[in-house]
Amino acid sequence: MIPAAFDYYRPKDVEGVIALLQEHGDDARVLAGGHSLIPMMKLRMAEVPHLIDLQDIAALKGITIDQDTITIGAMVSQHELINHDGLSAAAPILREAALQIADPQVRYMGTVGGNIANGDPGNDMPGLMQCLDAQINLLGPDGSRTVAARDYYEAAYMTDREDDEILISVVFTAPVGGFAYEKQKRKIGDYATAAAAVQIAKVDGKVASASIAMTNLSDVPVWSQGAADELAGSVCETATLKAAVAAMLGDIDPTEDNRGPVAFKRHVAGIILTRAITRAWDRA
Amino acid sequence: MNDMTPEREERSANLKGLGCSRKRVEDARFTQGKGNYVDDVKMPGMLHGDFVRSPYAHARVISINKDAALALDGVVAVLTAEDLAPLNLHWMPTLAGDKQMVLADGKVLFQGQEVAFVVARDRYVAADAVELVEVEYEELPVITDPFESLKSDVVLREDLAGQTTGPHGPRKHHNHIFTWEQGDVKATNQVLDNAEVVAEESMYYHRTHPCPLETCGCVASMDKVNGKLTLWGTFQAPHVVRTVASMLSGIEEHNIRVISPDIGGGFGNKVGVYPGYICSIVASIVTGVPVKWVEDRMENLMATAFARDYWMTGKIAATKEGKITGLHCQVTADHGGFDACADPTKFPAGFMNICTGSYDIPVAYLGVDGVYTNKAPGGVSYRCSFRVTEAVYFIERMIEVLAIELNMDAAELRRINFIKKEQFPYQSALGWEYDSGDYHTAWDKALKTVDYEGLRKEQAEQVAAFKRGETRTLMGIGLSFFTEIVGAGPVKNCDILGMGMFDSCEIRIHPTGSAVARLGTISQGQGHATTFAQILASEIGLSADSITIEEGDTDTAPYGLGTYGSRSTPVAGAAAAMAGRKIRAKAQMIAAYLLEVHDDDVEFDVDRFVVKGVPERFKTMKDIAYAAYNQAIPGLEPGLEAVSYYDPPNMTYPFGAYVCVMDIDVDTGVPEIRRFYALDDCGTRINPMIIEGQVHGGLTEALAVALGQEIAYDKMGNVKTATLMDFFLPTAWEVPNFETDHTVTPSPHHPIGAKGVGESPHVGGVPCFSNAVQDAFRPFGLRHTNMPHDHWRIWQTANDLGLHE
Repeated sequence: MIPAAFDYYRPKDVEGVIALLQEHGDDARVLAGGHSLIPMMKLRMAEVPHLIDLQDIAALKGITIDQDTITIGAMVSQHELINHDGLSAAAPILREAALQIADPQVRYMGTVGGNIANGDPGNDMPGLMQCLDAQINLLGPDGSRTVAARDYYEAAYMTDREDDEILISVVFTAPVGGFAYEKQKRKIGDYATAAAAVQIAKVDGKVASASIAMTNLSDVPVWSQGAADELAGSVCETATLKAAVAAMLGDIDPTEDNRGPVAFKRHVAGIILTRAITRAWDRA
Repeated sequence: MNDMTPEREERSANLKGLGCSRKRVEDARFTQGKGNYVDDVKMPGMLHGDFVRSPYAHARVISINKDAALALDGVVAVLTAEDLAPLNLHWMPTLAGDKQMVLADGKVLFQGQEVAFVVARDRYVAADAVELVEVEYEELPVITDPFESLKSDVVLREDLAGQTTGPHGPRKHHNHIFTWEQGDVKATNQVLDNAEVVAEESMYYHRTHPCPLETCGCVASMDKVNGKLTLWGTFQAPHVVRTVASMLSGIEEHNIRVISPDIGGGFGNKVGVYPGYICSIVASIVTGVPVKWVEDRMENLMATAFARDYWMTGKIAATKEGKITGLHCQVTADHGGFDACADPTKFPAGFMNICTGSYDIPVAYLGVDGVYTNKAPGGVSYRCSFRVTEAVYFIERMIEVLAIELNMDAAELRRINFIKKEQFPYQSALGWEYDSGDYHTAWDKALKTVDYEGLRKEQAEQVAAFKRGETRTLMGIGLSFFTEIVGAGPVKNCDILGMGMFDSCEIRIHPTGSAVARLGTISQGQGHATTFAQILASEIGLSADSITIEEGDTDTAPYGLGTYGSRSTPVAGAAAAMAGRKIRAKAQMIAAYLLEVHDDDVEFDVDRFVVKGVPERFKTMKDIAYAAYNQAIPGLEPGLEAVSYYDPPNMTYPFGAYVCVMDIDVDTGVPEIRRFYALDDCGTRINPMIIEGQVHGGLTEALAVALGQEIAYDKMGNVKTATLMDFFLPTAWEVPNFETDHTVTPSPHHPIGAKGVGESPHVGGVPCFSNAVQDAFRPFGLRHTNMPHDHWRIWQTANDLGLHE
């Protein structure tokens, strides 16, 4: 649990970060809350000769709500997310999800950007951002670009982000209707055995549109278009829920670990999604 | 003695003695971060050690190349078995009569085994150097299953080749360690053959780990000028460590000082001797400067002493009415690569022969086979007396299985088989003499408090609703009644490495009426500085606030066997009371002299000696203490000191009745604890607040073990649960509100009637949580399923019973 030696940088602006990333290439990593990277460094599973701490960069902070457009800076902590009244009103699913991430001490440090950028299949924010159809703003030496959260994840710890790019913020439209973030975990601080993010918009007593994403049931977050399609036009009756679960099960690909075998995970994924849809529909 | 007048009551309360919920004196420093743990020990020029550990569970070590590590700036030495061999320190004896490699001698037997010890200028350089040591291995077949081990041609312990007898008798196979048998096998089999009903079940008590928050570590400092070795460390038995260190190193015992500073939890993990201690001592002797070694969490979980790992098969015989007539228990014990169990020498399976539990079972047999596998060594008593959690889990599961066999209520089955109050002292079929108990009273109180009948009714309604498809939740009612066996122990049959398991207390009363008492035990969170002062306060009539308790420094404390197996109060607490009584006896003579009456004409009264019948003529203990130092009293030596070495005549047998109500989500396997009621009878209660805290802690660890905490290996012998992500350590979030209750049945042989309590809640709690899970599925045909009951295993149970669509 003793990391190898590294050089520590604490630039004041994003340009400084990009310059350091260009200078050191693969040997540099940015540090947000550190709850993924620092343990990996201590285990010597991540070797980071140049560590760039982002905490002094004002441009990465803050939550803005402009009409129905919500922007969350990369360095916003889970704690800030939970305690931002405007955000809790505009996108309550974020608060519900963030409260299920780790424990208060971790949430004081853990950031939205770190959670999204790292590509850890266990993280909750990636699936949530897919559910909300968030756009991820990246900045690199060639300027900024935007990539949809639904296109960002390639494999475990592999994302569309280039090594010399950093995640600046995420932007999404305030969701309408009912929501639920349902997560089963073994204990506080654990990653999900299965988690589901659900948003349902209701018009004339029926599902107008839905969005469903699953967490830690594949090597990437799983946005299930098929599951959402099953709900469209329905009143979320039992048969529809079953069809949605069946569609979702076609999209996930869990692996066995200490949380349990594949059959268990698939079963729980179905239960968790059913509960999430039911709660979201009740709230819609 | 007089009745308690308000005036006497006030004097008594001022002592803060027995029965007082006195706040823990230790907490001021702990809550302010002012404790002094081994990692806080810093000395000028101190070097740091770190281990190269085996990535393989079984492999031959072909070569070790230190060159790159030694070339790194700041590296002072890299020790291997080859370096330790000339000192004969490449192997060390274990507490179980086996020997263990200090550093890999030709092969490794478990993942995480110590291969080389790097000594460097700082902790970071040491960690860098560990990566630079090149070890070439040749992998060997891995055995992680003890049954497979007993059939395998693969010889795990080549050093024992040809030895058909071990320290505990004949070895049946090259991977077999010992067979330990208790009771009458013939008579037991006869009873089983002729019984009206026999229930049989096999169960696995999985491997887990005590996982104290502070890991193990030490600082060794060899002073080459005066020839003295000082060793600070996380030792639950500092005097034993001193004796072992002396025997191993050849340094005379008076030249070794062992200090256990504040310890952040032990739970059995810090009883044994680990390679890190030996390597640090050698490194300090070689370099002449202090050397610190503190393991990290993964090292602690992978390589230091585990607990449990018992495969148990039981047969229980009974009449049709449910009267138990016999018990047969056969255990296969997985001890890992070396037999490093921490048990009294004559008990290779600890006190597993308490497995007849709280029941009057006329005939019984226990057979235990110890086996080597490619897993870490250990087998310590994790928050219990020696193997008592295994024994109590076994019998409390067998009772439940028998209840199923008889189609009887498990609470009633217990009641009709309890040892009756008038049967104490009770001679058990497996050789113990239970000192005292009143099981029926405790059981009735527990069942009444939780409204047991009402719970069963509610459960039946829940089952009916489940069957009608109205709910997916099942309700489990977990019962357990346990009898512990603690306070090891009588020197006639209990020793550790030949040292009798007495304990000790030395008291010095200062002239102004305060005192210091030193004991052979060592607190790891138990609150000894608080409770031992309370015992003494009641014995010697000085306020607990005026009594300093010191432990853990072998240069000052009298010899003792340390703290584990709930032995501190039964043994050292008794020594404290006896030493206190010696003080009082001398104080009586001083008081009589001061009051100018005969010794027999004064009597002790809370905090003073009074002339019998003349309460206004008295001398307080403070007066007497002063007189002891400033008056020449004919026939008496000056001073007021005493020492007592206490050899307990018997163990003590705390007991308790626990009930857990659990709601289980059949679809997700998630258990929710609705209620947990714990009645403990630990005899005389010294500090009710500390007892409550101990019960909360023990139950928390019981919940952990029952519901998910395990050291799991894959087929290759890789540890799958070496971090706190996967090793379940419950937090306030997972732990329910615990209701505590008590009855008081004093120990008849203990000076103050106390029995010990720190481990009872763990011993009774594990079967209670497990029984709750299993009880929920009993209406659907479940007979037994193994712990840990984590989500997926509970789900699997429901799935196997056809409870999912």
